[in-house]
Amino acid sequence: MASQIRAEHELHRRRLSRNIGLGVTLLLFVGMMYGLTIAKVGTDPTDELGAPWAAAQDKAAK
Amino acid sequence: MTDISSIPQDREAGFGDYVALLKPRVMSLVVFTALVGMLVAPVGINPFVGMVAILFIAIGGGASGALNMWWDADIDAKMRRTQKRPTVTGAVPAEEAKVLGFALSGISVIMLFLATNWVAAALLAFTIFFYVVIYTMWLKRWTPQNIVIGGAAGAFPPMIGWAAVTGDISVASVLMFALTFAWTPPHFWSLALFVKSDYKDAGVPMLTVTHGRKVTRNHILGYSFVLGLVAIALGLTSVGGPTYMAVAVAMNLWFIKLAIDVFRRTDADSEADGHLVERKLFKFSLLYLFVHFGMLLVEHTLTTFGLGGW
Repeated sequence: MASQIRAEHELHRRRLSRNIGLGVTLLLFVGMMYGLTIAKVGTDPTDELGAPWAAAQDKAAK
Repeated sequence: MTDISSIPQDREAGFGDYVALLKPRVMSLVVFTALVGMLVAPVGINPFVGMVAILFIAIGGGASGALNMWWDADIDAKMRRTQKRPTVTGAVPAEEAKVLGFALSGISVIMLFLATNWVAAALLAFTIFFYVVIYTMWLKRWTPQNIVIGGAAGAFPPMIGWAAVTGDISVASVLMFALTFAWTPPHFWSLALFVKSDYKDAGVPMLTVTHGRKVTRNHILGYSFVLGLVAIALGLTSVGGPTYMAVAVAMNLWFIKLAIDVFRRTDADSEADGHLVERKLFKFSLLYLFVHFGMLLVEHTLTTFGLGGW
């Protein structure tokens, strides 16, 4: 047989570092977006979630 | 054809080669100065949002580095300092650097806008445009003042950091920009005086080559006076204070003293002691920038305890 489909092509091994690196980068990006959402909504005085925080900040300032 | 893996490349690019496209060493300066700009601003920022903003300012800077490597792959190949760049070794094709650079530029500007505000995002977009189009594509191969103008791109990060928090531009943030801007020419020209450069082979006009070493020495002295004025003026703004000022005065006097030493020397003196004074000035310039921004942080910290500021 001239060629057969193998689960692990040699190309996969050579590109392992790129693929793992990109995977980790994307996971971190997802985590960062989540964190950013929590941080922004949680400190937004016009938002239900952020209103108590903003009120507490105001109180502390006085 | 049973093997699809025969790609005409010396070696497969690893993740690290893509990181190298982003010029990590330049990035560290960007992170430090942007962080200072952010922390000394008069209002606070959610620490997570601040961290994200710094990250995307750094990625924006990295993206312009990748675009620079794409455009300059031809001259990078001719200079020893840049011969190991992934676009030169062939690990990453120049075209790929271009795509990565454009993609990361877009991502970083949009993410900075979403995380902070449009002023910071616009400043970041302008910085990338300035470094890639104005500096890399236009001025670098055309005028020996390339370093002066190119330095502006490296000087923007503290302004972006400041704008990320305040949403505006102020005297203090412009002077933080001016500090790095005025620092770049004497820093690079003192390096150009003692490093055996191959800019000439690459066809990049450097002041030492186009106007000679004597003119370069004069320029170093001229700019160190400008630098001194900027550093002192920065100390008089809202981010300055007596502690910063004391250190700034001492460091600028020493900087000017070294610049005068460099100015007075002839090339024969310089050759005789292995460019000792030029090396001294270059080394001191590294410390100079780090300490100035560091002192702004110190002054800010003291102010929060009621001990700093004017």
